This record gives sequence, structure tokens and C-alpha cells, in this order.
Amino acid sequence: MLHKTINKSEFRKLVDLLMENEEVIAPKQIGSDIKGKAIHQYLPVSTFDEIDLDYEITQYSAKTYFLPYCENLSTCTFDDDDWTQNISYRLQPRILLGLHACDINALLKLDKVMTRDSFPSPYYVSRRKNTFIVGIDHEPCEGGFCQAVGADVVTHGFDLFLTDLGDRYFVAINSDRGFNVLSRVRIKNITQADTKAYLEARQALAPVFETPYMHNLPNLLDIEFESPVWEKWGAKCLSCGSCAMVCPTCYCYGVGERISMDCSSSYKEKQLYSCNLLDFASVSGGHNFRAKKETRLKYRYYHQHRGFSETYEEPLCVGCNRCGRVCLAGINPPEIIKDLQLEGIR
Amino acid sequence: MTTLLHPYDVTQESDMQSPLDFNRRSRLKHVDRTFKAEIINIISLTEMEKLFQVRIMDDYYRSKFSYLPGQFVMLELPGFGEIPISISSSSSNKGFIELCIRKMGSVTTMLHKARRGAKVGIRGPFGTHFPMEKMHGHNVLLIAGGLGLAPLRAPIFNVIENRSNFNQVDILYGTKSPKNMLFNYQYEEWNRIADINLQVIVEHGADSWTGPVGMITSLLDDVTILPDDTFAIICGPPIMFKFVCERLTDDGIPMHRMFVSLERRMHCGMGKCCRCNIGSTYTCIDGPVFDYWTVMNLKEAI
Repeated sequence: MLHKTINKSEFRKLVDLLMENEEVIAPKQIGSDIKGKAIHQYLPVSTFDEIDLDYEITQYSAKTYFLPYCENLSTCTFDDDDWTQNISYRLQPRILLGLHACDINALLKLDKVMTRDSFPSPYYVSRRKNTFIVGIDHEPCEGGFCQAVGADVVTHGFDLFLTDLGDRYFVAINSDRGFNVLSRVRIKNITQADTKAYLEARQALAPVFETPYMHNLPNLLDIEFESPVWEKWGAKCLSCGSCAMVCPTCYCYGVGERISMDCSSSYKEKQLYSCNLLDFASVSGGHNFRAKKETRLKYRYYHQHRGFSETYEEPLCVGCNRCGRVCLAGINPPEIIKDLQLEGIR
Repeated sequence: MTTLLHPYDVTQESDMQSPLDFNRRSRLKHVDRTFKAEIINIISLTEMEKLFQVRIMDDYYRSKFSYLPGQFVMLELPGFGEIPISISSSSSNKGFIELCIRKMGSVTTMLHKARRGAKVGIRGPFGTHFPMEKMHGHNVLLIAGGLGLAPLRAPIFNVIENRSNFNQVDILYGTKSPKNMLFNYQYEEWNRIADINLQVIVEHGADSWTGPVGMITSLLDDVTILPDDTFAIICGPPIMFKFVCERLTDDGIPMHRMFVSLERRMHCGMGKCCRCNIGSTYTCIDGPVFDYWTVMNLKEAI
């Protein structure tokens, strides 16, 4: 990987240039919570000043720009008793600015599911390849446990990655298009002083919060499948599905069809779903394979920390704890995992 | 001013431009493109079930469409929805496929209203298959309960068409009552084949019924089972194949030589939507055909 430095004023010029040409999505403050803490979201921006690169975490993850909550998979146009199916994929480039390591790692995990092995998704591939990603290092965020799941450092999956060195950014360049874009403004070769400053900056960004003890978690989940821990947490769960909506890696979905008002066409529509919703595994005839809410909650953890590990040797979770923050019932991974660990040695 | 970022067109990838083939699952394809197919015949089976003979309209794709016994397709009724349906016909049949469908949900209810000539969409084939070639030179027990005869018909055809590859062949079928029996017009044909033993049983008899009454496991009492030399394929509701598999385990057949077909809710057939997920296993990719040992190890599979 190539490394350069760029002055913050030059970086601003670069973003202005990008905004002139393409849609730019970046962290933007949309309000503040009851304690006065800023709430951020990844949203389209039209001026540099709308962007807040010092954000702690966004409420929703960036997955919606790759797996939209609602997506048209195909359209059928009716003609008497015949029909024609039409499919289109994303063609427009887009810039996603200011992603943290956890969110880029989340995309790398989604890449494994959506671009490899069985039935790669052209919908996802077209969005992924049309998105220019600029990542940025950040102060550790409260409640996050990215380090425990190895998602606090990222080595690929982006075009450019920034580390703040005060008056300038240390830039990792991971693609030729990243290099080309960067060549539009003034950049400098790195000096020994830059490298030293970078390493010191990284040191200062090491997580300071207590993180859950994840050792042997995949096996623990298997052994504790019938654990009362699930009943305890399941009893709190409202089965609302908010956790999956904000999660950067939850990708399960449902497909439905709609007919246009004039009955001339129909749409096959994909909607992101949540394994916590009541009808997730119900089948026609009335049987529900996961009728209990604790079963559904358990399966979300089982998929994230055991199922995905079995296939890809790593958990699906990136430790951002967005699900824990958004949960109305106070359900969060660090506490559930701690409970399971304690249950195991009881 | 030159372009900063070049648009990427996924349709220009060479894999996307070569013909659609769901058997090449690792290739980047138009996975949501459906083969338009015509319903060429509708055969009434019972009050609840109809057999749909469906023919892919495009000559090229019809000649290329190939599947193995036990696989399924995603059947789309544009405007109403898409459902997973196991293929019920012989895999050597190149002209059309047969889908046995119970009137149950919204899509199947509409399908039951469809008439000959209606055009539906087919994606697939998807999933694993019964390993028929492994069974060559051995005895085969084919056991179905209720609607389970629909997926079991594909391996039955395979066995009949390649009869000399198998030793003793027994087909056992059980339903709730005589009026629920599927494909009863075919029993005589199968029974007339020398060397194939077909037994049918009902849980609740009727005045017209002269055959045996009881649970499907009781049919096994009259079958000679050589545990070291027998494979079994069991299709039916989980409670049925659980009892049958336990009985066959008692008879000494190893669990890895018993095959079952699982059913789950599915929205994609491609290991993406997670709806058919059991623990860490996708029924659509790793199944629907599993050996019984694998099923025993899946959490909450039965």
C-alpha cells in the first residue's frame, strides 16, 4: 500500500472537487440526544461544512448504501396474458466519506457473503464497485468492542484511509482510482517524522473501554444452547428488529411482490428483515420454526458469533454496539456474552 | 475536465454475459432473472393438491435446464410472489418439469386458480440432491409420508429408470386417509414392475379402503432390511421422518446412509436471505437433502 500525507486545506479542496462531480455521502450531525450528545448519520452532503469527521458513531450503519432497506429486484410488465421481466443494476459512482474501521470491516464481511462462493449478488457487486470509500481513524467510542472481535484495524476494503495528524492527514492509498483522485490535489511523500506521528496517533487511539471476553465464544454458544440466559434476555426482547436495522452486517431479507395501481406491471421487492421478527421462520400452513422470542434472539447471536465463524473463521459482528445503543429493552452483546461466560463456569 | 470516477457496469462482466446457468453457482450471474415457463398441463390429485407440468419457453434454456433428484426451484407468479417447490418429475425428462403443489398460502392459492397456458417464472435448480450414484449396487428404501411423495417421486423415477443399478427396492407410502393419497393413479404402474415392492398405508381407513391401516413404521415390519447394504430416502413431515429414522437406526442402518429432505421458509434459494437458516446451515445451499446424522447435529432441525 502507498502512503502519502495531505494538508487539511488540500483535503477540503479534494472533497469539493468530488462533490462537484458525484454524490458524496458523509457523517452529518442531525440532532442531539436528551443528554446533549450529537447524533450522526451517513447522509448525502452538498458542502464540506455539513460533514463532521470527528463524529463518534452514526446511529445507522453505512450498509444501507450497499443493501438498501428496500430494493427493486425486478419489474414485470404485463401484456395481455404475457409478461416481460426487466432488471437493472446501479451504474452511478458515489463517494462514501468518513467510514470508521468497523464499518469497513463490516463491508469486508458482507463481501464474503455477497460476492463469493455461492450465487454472488450483481446488485451488491454493482453498488460496491461504484462506491469510492474514504475511511478515517477515530477516538474509541463508548460501548464499542471492535478490538475484541478484531475489527478495530482495517487493511483493505477502502480506496483511501485517513489518520488525523493535526494539520494534515496520513493517507493510506489502496486502489488506483484512489491514487488518481488524490493526484488532483497537492500531496506529499511521507517523511520519517510523518511515520512517527502516525504511529503515535494510532497508539493514542487504542480502545480504553472494557471489552467483553470473547474467548471460545463459538463453542460456548453451542454448549449453552439451552441456557436460561436466553430466557432471561428473551423476556426483555420486544421483537422489534431495531438491532438488525442498525447493524452494519445483518443482511437477511424478505422478498414480496406488488402490483402497480393500473395493473400494468409488478415489482419484486427485497426488504431487509430481522430474525427477531415474529414471522421470520413461519411457513404457510401456520407452523413457525421459531415461535418463541428468546429463540429468535438466540439465533441472532448464534448466527453472528457461531454460524458465520464456522464458515468464515471470524464472527459476523464488528463490535460497533449499535444494536446495544438502539435497543429499547437494553439488550446488548457485551452483557449477554458476559452472562454466557459466567453461565459456562457456574 | 476528465471523469474522476468511472461508472462500473456489472452487466459487462464476462460471466454476466454468458448464458444464465444456476448450476454454476460460484459465477456472477443475473441470479434474479427468471426462466419464463408455460403451464402445459394441470392434473388434479386431491382436493388440496394439483400437479403442474411446466415447460420453459425458451428452446435454448429448456434444453440446458438440468437438475438432480431432490433439488427444488423458485416458482414465481409475477405480482403475487415466489415460492420454493421441489421438483417432482424424473431428472431425465428434458421437455418439462412437474411440480406438485398444495393449496396453502397466497401464491399457491392463486396458482390453483391458474389455467393451462398461464406463464410463470422459474429460477433454479437449487440445493443438494439425493446421492443416487452412491446407492448403486445396494438396497434402497424409499419412504414418504403425505406430501413427501412429491419430492420422493424424483428419486423413485431415478431408481425405476436405472433399475439394474440397485438391488432390492421398496417404496413405502403413508397418508392420513385414502382421500389424501397423491399419485394413486401411478401405484398400479409401479406395482406391476417386477421386483419393486410398493406398500401404501393410511392412518384412518375409509369404507372403500381395503389396504392396511396404521402408522408408516408398521410397514417396515414386513420389509427385510440388510443394515449393512441398505440406503434409505425419507420424505415427509419432521415428526414422521423422525420416527422412521429412529426405527431404521434400531434396525441397524447407519445414519449417514439415511437421507431426508427438510422444508423451511425461503425467499432467495441462494444462501442470502437467511430465512431457511438452521443454526449455521442454510437449507437452500447445504440442503434441502441432508443425511440423518447431519440433521441430528442441527439445532432445532426437527
